[in-house]
Amino acid sequence: MSGGAKLNVRVAEVVEVNALIKRFRFVNRDGSPMPAFSGGSHIVVEMDDSGTRRLNPYSLMSDPEDRAGYEISVRRDDAGRGGSLYMHNHVKPGMEMVISYPVNLFALDSRARKHLMIAGGIGITPFLAQIAQLSHLGGKFELHYSARSKPLGAYMDRLTQAHPDRVHCYFDDEQQTIDLGRILSMQPLGTHLYVCGPKGMINWVLSTAEKMGWPIHALHHEEFLAPGTGKPFDVELAVSKKTITVGTTQSLLEAMEAAGVDAPYLCRGGACGQCETNVLRCDGQLLHRDHWLTPEDHASGQKIMPCVSRFEGKTLVIDR
Amino acid sequence: MTKTEFPPAIKSRPVYGVLAPRPGALHLIVADGDGAAAVTDLLAKASDRASMLASTHIIYTPGPDGTDRSADLAALGAAQCYRAPTIPTLLPRLQRVLIDAHMGTQFYLAGTEGLIGQAERDIMATGFPATDIQKEHRGSTVRRVQCVHCKGITENVATDPFKCSHCGLNLYVRDHYSRRLAAFQGVNIDAEDPGQIPQSVVKFK
Repeated sequence: MSGGAKLNVRVAEVVEVNALIKRFRFVNRDGSPMPAFSGGSHIVVEMDDSGTRRLNPYSLMSDPEDRAGYEISVRRDDAGRGGSLYMHNHVKPGMEMVISYPVNLFALDSRARKHLMIAGGIGITPFLAQIAQLSHLGGKFELHYSARSKPLGAYMDRLTQAHPDRVHCYFDDEQQTIDLGRILSMQPLGTHLYVCGPKGMINWVLSTAEKMGWPIHALHHEEFLAPGTGKPFDVELAVSKKTITVGTTQSLLEAMEAAGVDAPYLCRGGACGQCETNVLRCDGQLLHRDHWLTPEDHASGQKIMPCVSRFEGKTLVIDR
Repeated sequence: MTKTEFPPAIKSRPVYGVLAPRPGALHLIVADGDGAAAVTDLLAKASDRASMLASTHIIYTPGPDGTDRSADLAALGAAQCYRAPTIPTLLPRLQRVLIDAHMGTQFYLAGTEGLIGQAERDIMATGFPATDIQKEHRGSTVRRVQCVHCKGITENVATDPFKCSHCGLNLYVRDHYSRRLAAFQGVNIDAEDPGQIPQSVVKFK
């Protein structure tokens, strides 16, 4: 079975954090402790949305030392494909669900002398777990967290109360912006930078840091992409000897799964590399949207990440 | 003299590139012996040489073969240029500079493996990623070797095998390298048949 081992859980708690965000707590159905994880890990939540199977990645935000349960926060995206709406509208306490084991693609580098964290909106979630972890181990950190407004700044109260001298909050509606150049110029040697938030923010932080001479191996970011929508297209699966149609709101990976093909995956957000697939024939345009393949891979037309990327054209044959 | 070319070896053996200017608030250059030529080549590549020099700190020491090109470096006109008499006296200055340095510092190491390795070790200890430190080998290829038996380090090893300067064992010089120790590993070559020692040859010059 692709996607690694699964955990059979029960929803223990659903909390409305603010107008857009709900928090969900999962516990093992048999009452046993959850597997250990490190700050920055995510899980993939499986949803059965009236016949449509949805698998969305969410960062674990709870304290890694809390083995009694896992917590995630989900921001409602009314224009999205439906995963967050399902979580908001249908998931209730007591419900049984299936989630993946935790996977960490955004781990703290423990060799760092200091961890500089930059969060935008719901991008705060992995940092909550990392900050809990660092608080236990005594690691040094500094957080700059920007939200649209005070009411939408989830968990700001608990963060500023626990770490008043390390947490800095910014609000778009009060025209407050992170003074990135100043912050980046003041960090001691051996600082590692972590950024999680909207795509524009990630690009801004990474490109500013690189221009200021920050080494690329001290720069860490995480962004889960939703597969996105597009025109329907046909794909020939050479190994499975099937031809499938990928629908407008479906990803290539989801279409393969719907056709009963057990394709590998892990993050389902273009980040981890697990679903990398060779392209055997392509008469048309591969629409790459992942963060995994190199620009050379993208240009070669030999590989595709079915979790987020699409195709437009006449014929696509993949090695799956 | 240009960049040293080494034969292919095991993965553990360090590899070196060619120094190239990168953006940064401080350019910290550590070099010895013929590494000075790599430094002048580096600055010749700078798109804005004057501004790079204005934020450059050079720490230099003569090479193990006596090569001293500190005058060439002093003539460049960097913001700071310091000549230490030896590697052991160069390292405390580097360590002091690292205490106050910020992210945005670019590191350029040039010269022999002993100097490059020890500077890299001290920079790495701050948490700075080792893979982002630029290194170019120039000049002497003598090695800094740790005796894996007594743990003593012998500098400037030219022959293989050689006699450990601490415990006196006859050591075979491996390509196996420790970044933490900044040293190649030397292993007793006549452990099973004491006295059966292959002819010592000059391998590193």
